[in-house]
Amino acid sequence: MHGTRILDEADRLMTVCNSCRYCEGLCAVFPAMEMRRAFSDGDLNYLANLCHSCGACYVDCQFSPPHEFNVNVPQTLAVARAESYATYAWPQALSGAFTRNGLVISIIAALSMAAFIFGFAALNDRSVLFGVHTGPGAFYKLMPHNAMAALFSAAFLYAILALVMSVRAFWRDIGTPIGGRADSGSIFQAIRDAGELRYLHGGGVGCYNEDDKPTDRRKLYHHLTFYGFLLCFAATSVATLYHYLLGREAPYPLWDLPVVLGTLGGIGLIVGSIGLFVAKSRRANELLDENRYGMDVGFIAMLFLTGLTGMLLLVLRETAAMGPLLALHLGAVFALFITIPYGKFVHGIYRFVALVRYAQERRTAA
Amino acid sequence: MGGKYDVLVIGGGNAALCAAISARRGGASVLVLEGAPKFYRGGNTRHTRNMRCAHDAATEILTGPYTEEEFWEDLLRVTGGQTDEVLARHMIRESKDILNWIVEQGVRWQPSLGGTLSLGRTNSFFLGGGRAMLNALYLTAEQLGVDVEYDAEVTDLVIEDGMFLAARLKRPINGETEIRATSLVAAAGGFEANIEWLKQYWGEAADNFLIRGTPYNRGSILKMLLDKGVQEVGDPTQCHAVAIDARAPKFDGGIITRHDSVVFGIVVNKHSQRFYDEGEDIWPKRYAIWGRLVAAQPDQIAYIIFDSTVVTSFMPTLFPPIAGQTVAELASKLELDPAALEKTITEFNAAVRPGTFDHTILDDCRTEGVTPEKTHWARQIETPPYLAYPVRPGITFTYLGTRVTKESRMLMADGKPSANMFAAGEIMAGNVLGKGYAAGMGMTIGSVFGRIAGREAAKHARN
Repeated sequence: MHGTRILDEADRLMTVCNSCRYCEGLCAVFPAMEMRRAFSDGDLNYLANLCHSCGACYVDCQFSPPHEFNVNVPQTLAVARAESYATYAWPQALSGAFTRNGLVISIIAALSMAAFIFGFAALNDRSVLFGVHTGPGAFYKLMPHNAMAALFSAAFLYAILALVMSVRAFWRDIGTPIGGRADSGSIFQAIRDAGELRYLHGGGVGCYNEDDKPTDRRKLYHHLTFYGFLLCFAATSVATLYHYLLGREAPYPLWDLPVVLGTLGGIGLIVGSIGLFVAKSRRANELLDENRYGMDVGFIAMLFLTGLTGMLLLVLRETAAMGPLLALHLGAVFALFITIPYGKFVHGIYRFVALVRYAQERRTAA
Repeated sequence: MGGKYDVLVIGGGNAALCAAISARRGGASVLVLEGAPKFYRGGNTRHTRNMRCAHDAATEILTGPYTEEEFWEDLLRVTGGQTDEVLARHMIRESKDILNWIVEQGVRWQPSLGGTLSLGRTNSFFLGGGRAMLNALYLTAEQLGVDVEYDAEVTDLVIEDGMFLAARLKRPINGETEIRATSLVAAAGGFEANIEWLKQYWGEAADNFLIRGTPYNRGSILKMLLDKGVQEVGDPTQCHAVAIDARAPKFDGGIITRHDSVVFGIVVNKHSQRFYDEGEDIWPKRYAIWGRLVAAQPDQIAYIIFDSTVVTSFMPTLFPPIAGQTVAELASKLELDPAALEKTITEFNAAVRPGTFDHTILDDCRTEGVTPEKTHWARQIETPPYLAYPVRPGITFTYLGTRVTKESRMLMADGKPSANMFAAGEIMAGNVLGKGYAAGMGMTIGSVFGRIAGREAAKHARN
């Protein structure tokens, strides 16, 4: 017996799957399962986070519902995965945030922050908020750079700390020996597997979405979102370096690196997040963890809002709309940061860690 | 769906879909009538995993050559010579090309990864298993313009002088209807899910049979064809039957109810008596005999008995083994006579001769002075907990079928070939498999004769 009902069900399914093994060529979950004959909570959480939810094993399974064995691996592991985020959350007192961290909370956080910046600026000087500002340092008329940097650094550093502590707990639970280190070869392999979404390919034909005809759409939108996010992050990092090392202040000209990176990233975030949202809403219900719909959509919405406000800011930065848009953009980014450790963002982190573990197991077994 | 088709395919498994695709590629209009609902489509193909094909060299998915001659010898061995040599050799020759043809129809192979089946050289494995293979074939068929109707229960075939005219069909919503076609391909499986029919040959014992595959193979098309003058082939008591877990569902338990632990222990009946050499031959070729062996035992039940030293030597099982700290405790849990089981195990253990155990070859671990002997892999059963799996006959498919020619054309009882009726798959497997079984052959028969039947049916329709 396991800690939760869903882990009991995951254990039942892995016992069924381990006596069948027809799916062993589809992804990493099944070969990892085959290395075990019994499954601890940690094993099941590991397998759950290794699953990319491509749906192939459901469509290919002779025992999926309505068969009496009722084998639904993607959905069971999706629920187990979402529960594992709460299990390993740091501090534990905040683990309940996952169930509440839906669309509404994210948006409220974003708007509250925007309103705070908006109010902060408006109280100081209304003309600043609705004025037209151009040239280096224009953004900081609204909020001094140091205040902005301090606020966001604090949020970001907290998010990193919480993530590190959570991942540490996860790794201790799924690794052998407990507390063992990951080797660089396995990490490199996992970076490649995650970077190309190797296991979101339905065994080579694409992901199963609304029906039994596979496509690669989810993979494409996921790539756009992920690399869009990385480009935006790179844009911010470059801008920070510009500011502190070169003394060059934002906004930067259109041809400059932070703007080019940010623009490409913003487009990726917008197109990718819309695509993911559409794919999710069309996806066959039997593959989804419906209880976590809010958490997923909240995360997609924050990515979309970040991309959208960023792009609008770029287009309208020399107009009177700059002030309110900047407030909104910063609000969205801030909300994204503080919800990172307690929202869908963590799926990427845990999946990566699971891929490291998998690569390590394969190397040890070989 | 209405009007007249060039080719009507009855059935929805591998053979039927290969026939439909091949007929469609041959320029015919094609309708597939699948008796099952969509989820259960594909008959026993849903539960298969691999196909046995001859090939002259190692490939990306196969570890070595498997010549036509070697395939033939394997077939000869399992059937004990009960096979139509012309048809069988023709099938084996064609199987070489099927290996590639099936990939062109969208089916994907996987490298033989883990598991305990030593089939990496002879058999190709479907990526994702049999249902994945079916999904690919259905997708291809639909893209080519083949019409498919599910829940399509054929109630009658109109046949005159060996010539197919029409099929009567009961649709769940629209009621009775008649579908005419220029050619017929019957690929509707065997009759293993029809317990009443099985009882005609097996008597009441058939009540204790478990049906590993689809509950929809009730043999209704086979019966209609035989009743309307198609020549019969095969022994009705012959079938592909393995020993499966007695706790499995009556129908459709599929692969996960099997046990491959026989060679690691002994098998006793309800009187705690051994009844066959558990170490006769290497597993993949011989495992198919155990279904029939158990069917011949009282109440059609037997128990694989082993000890804790071998539990990780075979595939994990769906149902856990039944355990006892002593032989007597195990026996009482199995509702066997403890004294009888203790006696059997003691005698067996005393007969075991020292040797070097290697389950991948016919090793030298054997018994002396016990009946029946265990000729290989014999080791003492002495380390508690003592463990057991109860097993019953698990029928996979039956061999009674319609006699066909090399062109997959049905032969009529008077020896004349039918003008426009073809058969493929399980419904004609008995032409090749008089008895016995070797892994992956059902799919070879289905794909090879399915493709031929479709091609010939289309050729006839277009003439």
